[in-house]
Amino acid sequence: MNDEIKEKLLKKSRATRSEFRGRIISFVCTAIIVTVVVSIFYFVASKGLATFFSNKVNLWDFLSKTIWNPGSTDSHGSPQAGALPMIVGSFAVTILSAVIATPFAIATAVFMTEISPNKGYKILQPVTELLVGIPSVVYGFIGLSVVVPFVRHTFGGTGFGILAGTFVLFVMILPTVTSMSVDALRAVPRYYREASLALGATRWQTIYKVVLRSSAPGLATAVVFGMSRAFGEALAVQMVIGNAALLPHNLVSPASTLTSVLTMGMGNTVMGSAANNALWSLALLLLLMSLVFNLVINKIAKRGKF
Amino acid sequence: MQNYASEDRYIKELDPKKHEIALSTEDLHVFYGTSEAIHGVSLPFERFKITALIGASGSGKSTYLRSLNRMNDNIEGTRVDGKIMYRDIDINGKGVNVYEMRKHIGMVFQRPNPFSKSIYDNITFAPKRNGIKNKKVLDELVETTLKQAALWDQVKDQLDQSALALSGGQQQRLCIARAIAMKPDILLLDEPASALDPISTSTVEDTLLSLKDHYTIIIVTHNMQQAGRISDYTAFFHLGNVLEYDITSNVFQRPKIQATEDYVSGRFG
Ligand SMILES: Nc1ncnc2c1ncn2[C@@H]1O[C@H](COP(=O)(O)OP(=O)(O)O)[C@@H](O)[C@H]1O
Ligand SMILES: [Mg+2]
Repeated sequence: MNDEIKEKLLKKSRATRSEFRGRIISFVCTAIIVTVVVSIFYFVASKGLATFFSNKVNLWDFLSKTIWNPGSTDSHGSPQAGALPMIVGSFAVTILSAVIATPFAIATAVFMTEISPNKGYKILQPVTELLVGIPSVVYGFIGLSVVVPFVRHTFGGTGFGILAGTFVLFVMILPTVTSMSVDALRAVPRYYREASLALGATRWQTIYKVVLRSSAPGLATAVVFGMSRAFGEALAVQMVIGNAALLPHNLVSPASTLTSVLTMGMGNTVMGSAANNALWSLALLLLLMSLVFNLVINKIAKRGKF
Repeated sequence: MQNYASEDRYIKELDPKKHEIALSTEDLHVFYGTSEAIHGVSLPFERFKITALIGASGSGKSTYLRSLNRMNDNIEGTRVDGKIMYRDIDINGKGVNVYEMRKHIGMVFQRPNPFSKSIYDNITFAPKRNGIKNKKVLDELVETTLKQAALWDQVKDQLDQSALALSGGQQQRLCIARAIAMKPDILLLDEPASALDPISTSTVEDTLLSLKDHYTIIIVTHNMQQAGRISDYTAFFHLGNVLEYDITSNVFQRPKIQATEDYVSGRFG
């Protein structure tokens, strides 16, 4: 009897073997994912940096010049790859759409969690989830057939441009930012609200001074997440922004973003050519920006613990 | 748990000529949806005294206490019937400014719940909402309330630090200080020491005893020794009824009701 237990203590059993197998499987999967991510980074970086090393485009020119025509060369013999119009376009639509979406998203979230947490939440929650799931081409199509004509009639011009892009992105990121804001507000402990109410604060004072204040990091994360979506969105923006690689003079003149130039140009360049490498440089820029957005989100999230 | 006849009760009457009544309820019923949690409780609370509400878990102490400053308003589906008399007004009635009322009837919760703000901002939260802006007045208020809550000496050099960095007992005393910074008449406390260690518990108890001169205190407690130590009156809750209400020494030493006797001698609870 005793010996049997002793023996078992030292022997491998089915349980230990299956644990070993599980570890191997998860290690292999992790290794594959890491390899894929690293190769993507390597691929994009090597292609994107070729513009600067092989085609001798000056990095500063790339970031500050306004003529985008990488198929032809300038007086110094290097490709005309001035990405400033697209950089400006991308940041303009991103920042503008986030600025407009934030108050709407937070107000909706406050309604769903504080003002009508039962009925309002039950109705609006599935609606936001539905809106999050709509493919971006649908938003773009609606933008093309509704927003662009509306802008044309109201402000003149073609209707294509930053304003139309902003509007489409605003509608697109609104549900995402709203649903993340709802999560942030719901994470505020109930006893915070009770503490405030028990001190004679009104509901509005409680929302404003306690709930919104203490969920500020979560709300900021929601907004930055929305911005990162807006920055990376390609299809919907491309359909309404006009796709002219020009520095926009105003909100209703045709413009372009990093993503829209990428999607437009992808099929029209030869792999390895200067024009193709220049597109990879834009992709690299996008990748770096999404890295920045992620870093910001992580930084904020660390501060948002209760 | 044994079922005791709820007709078998002893509720001590307080002669209004000899005892000043700060707050009282008359036939108070509380419903969560359709289930009735409090079945008609009538109790007087004497001014500048400590009244303890004791009883087994689930007997309705918290429900009753939270009705007194209408915190149950915030739970959907609750209904409170009956009268809550405060300064000759039924504050359970329509047309009562609940926010104003809560400035006079403050509450401290079971779980210390300071805001994630500085110690200073926690205390000035209510006064600022009341429009006090003068820095000197606020500074003074912070000092006096923290002294009253026996916390001043420990935190006077870190008023601008987060309240969440304090220990549990300190947080609870901060919550008491925060509540009395509104200068309420009445302080409701729901098991304020149950989440604390024995030493913190006794500092909180000392704090309450020292506050008695200026505040009417109603405290829910699970801890019978605590009720015995600090309270003047005790109400024994059982299944949503108050079966016995008397001066504390009577409830613990000469209970008139069988259920009370069984409870205070530890036969159930
Ligand atoms: N929010 C609520 N919704 C429904 N029922 C509740 C709620 N809070 C308490 N109750 C019920 O009311 C009764 C009294 O609870 P409570 O007042 O918390 O008792 P105690 O504080 O004496 O432990 C219990 O039966 C409990 O289940
Ligand atoms: Mg309770």
